Amino acid sequence: MALSLDEVRKIAKLARLNLTPAEEKRHAETISVVLDYMNILNEVNTDGVEITSQVTGLSDVMRPDEPYECDFKKELINQMPEVSENELKVPAVFE
Amino acid sequence: MNLNELTIKQARTGLDNGEFTSVDLTTVCLKRIKECNGELNAFITVCEKSALAEAKVADEMIENKKIKPLTGIPFCVKDAICTVGVRSTAAAKILDNYIPPFDATVIKKIREQGGVLLGKNNCDTFGHGASNENSMYGPVPNPHDLTKVSGGSSGGSAAAVADNMCIFSIGEDTGGSIRQPASFCGVVGLRPSYGRNSRYGIMPMASSLDTVGPITKTVEDMAVVMQEIAGCDGRDATTVPDDVPDYEKELGKIDLKKLTVGVPKEYFEVDALDPEVKSATLAAIEKLKQAGATIKEVSLPMTKYAIAVYYIVVPCEDSSNLGRLDGVRYGVRVDTPPTPSYQEGDSDTGNIPLLSRGGRGGSLYDLYANSRDQGFPEEVKRRILIGTYALSAGYYDAYYKKAQKVRTLIIQDFEKAFKKVDVLITPTSPFPAFALGEKSFDPLQMYLADIMLAPASLAGVPALSVPAGMSKSGLPIGVQIIGPRLSEGLVMGVGEAIEKN
Repeated sequence: MALSLDEVRKIAKLARLNLTPAEEKRHAETISVVLDYMNILNEVNTDGVEITSQVTGLSDVMRPDEPYECDFKKELINQMPEVSENELKVPAVFE
Repeated sequence: MNLNELTIKQARTGLDNGEFTSVDLTTVCLKRIKECNGELNAFITVCEKSALAEAKVADEMIENKKIKPLTGIPFCVKDAICTVGVRSTAAAKILDNYIPPFDATVIKKIREQGGVLLGKNNCDTFGHGASNENSMYGPVPNPHDLTKVSGGSSGGSAAAVADNMCIFSIGEDTGGSIRQPASFCGVVGLRPSYGRNSRYGIMPMASSLDTVGPITKTVEDMAVVMQEIAGCDGRDATTVPDDVPDYEKELGKIDLKKLTVGVPKEYFEVDALDPEVKSATLAAIEKLKQAGATIKEVSLPMTKYAIAVYYIVVPCEDSSNLGRLDGVRYGVRVDTPPTPSYQEGDSDTGNIPLLSRGGRGGSLYDLYANSRDQGFPEEVKRRILIGTYALSAGYYDAYYKKAQKVRTLIIQDFEKAFKKVDVLITPTSPFPAFALGEKSFDPLQMYLADIMLAPASLAGVPALSVPAGMSKSGLPIGVQIIGPRLSEGLVMGVGEAIEKN
């Protein structure tokens, strides 16, 4: 199954990735090879098999729902790319 | 013997007897790093000043008899694991400037008892790779042969231990990222059971598979570090509440005469299996037999599907996890499209011109897409694309759900096998370290390098790689011991029997 360039462009847009035309081409080729390989799973009969999404068997792990102070607010703000009066700056969301 | 060549056990004795100080030990390790890192590229960040300061504090602890097993022991950490105040990039340019405000739980446990952090190890970006060639900070060659890869993704960590730049290191294993580089570099690497060690502060790749574990020079050292870092953590809801056994005691308890070792035939039928790796593995099995163990052939028929399952589950979970890296709240923000000096195809080499070219006026979409374009290498983008595709409407059932079902069958394979045998022994990798550049342009071949490693990962069971000889060309060969869930002590005990023979 080949992944077309248009499909790569569409997925890249959904995933918020700018790709150069050369990258689009390489991804279309390599991902098609990988997806073809995945077809091997069609050999396996999985009728009635449950899915596995975790392996520990733990369920409903709870902690008390109590507010607590974050003790590294300043450090978090220091990591922000652009700050104005202690607030994160981003480009306008609505244009 | 130079101090940097010591094991944890040997260093502990020397420190406690006053033969040398932690400052001495740390200084020698830093010297080794300075001498060799230019060639090996095993460290992205070296913490010379803070390491010496931490060593001084550790020496005071030792003087005041406040001694824990890792007090004053110099170690290093894969760069995809958060360390407070020390840059943690995961080998991604999008995190080139990221300084975590907290330590990962396992690192906190080591540092609280006076472990000395030497620096942060190079790795495949976000753990995506089996050769360390997908790092945006350049590859890590193999200390045994500089034309070969160190393995991946924790290649820098394994190379640093093998080259005696440190006493031990902490890596991360999703589908083999501790075990494979450990085998390529001739050191010991443990992927613990999923849930045994806290993942808090480990940069997530595939959350249902990620584990954190040590890379050490001996199995005995492995038991020491595991003892200190294992256990339930309120900050990681997937850690299990089971008590952590006394691993060193468990090592001593192993009675090989009562042990049944399973040899899964499918692992020996892999096309790519190198004859030297095969004979080294069979020799290790023979040694266990000589020591009284019962050897039994078993079948794990789902083995051949493990890579397909793994490389669906991983990109799906990966693409979701990496959504948080968007240049908005932390990391490197790139507002404008690449400047003309940006050469197409640069992302192949990893030598992307440094980001932060500033520039303003782009839209929010541009900010996301440009930051991610320039901050991620090609393999990360590939996985995001595969994951986004496989999770999209219409494909979810065919890929992710199907993979999760086959994952159940892989787990059942192991459950059935462990009803008949105590542990399984396999090669860690079908081949010793391959040449730099050999597989880097063929993603599927790189994925298939994980064939021996992915099944245990998918099942969440512990697996240890121990050295089992060298190839004729002088490259280390590792064997893998896989046990039932939470059987780390048993797995290490069998590993030690192979190591000592």
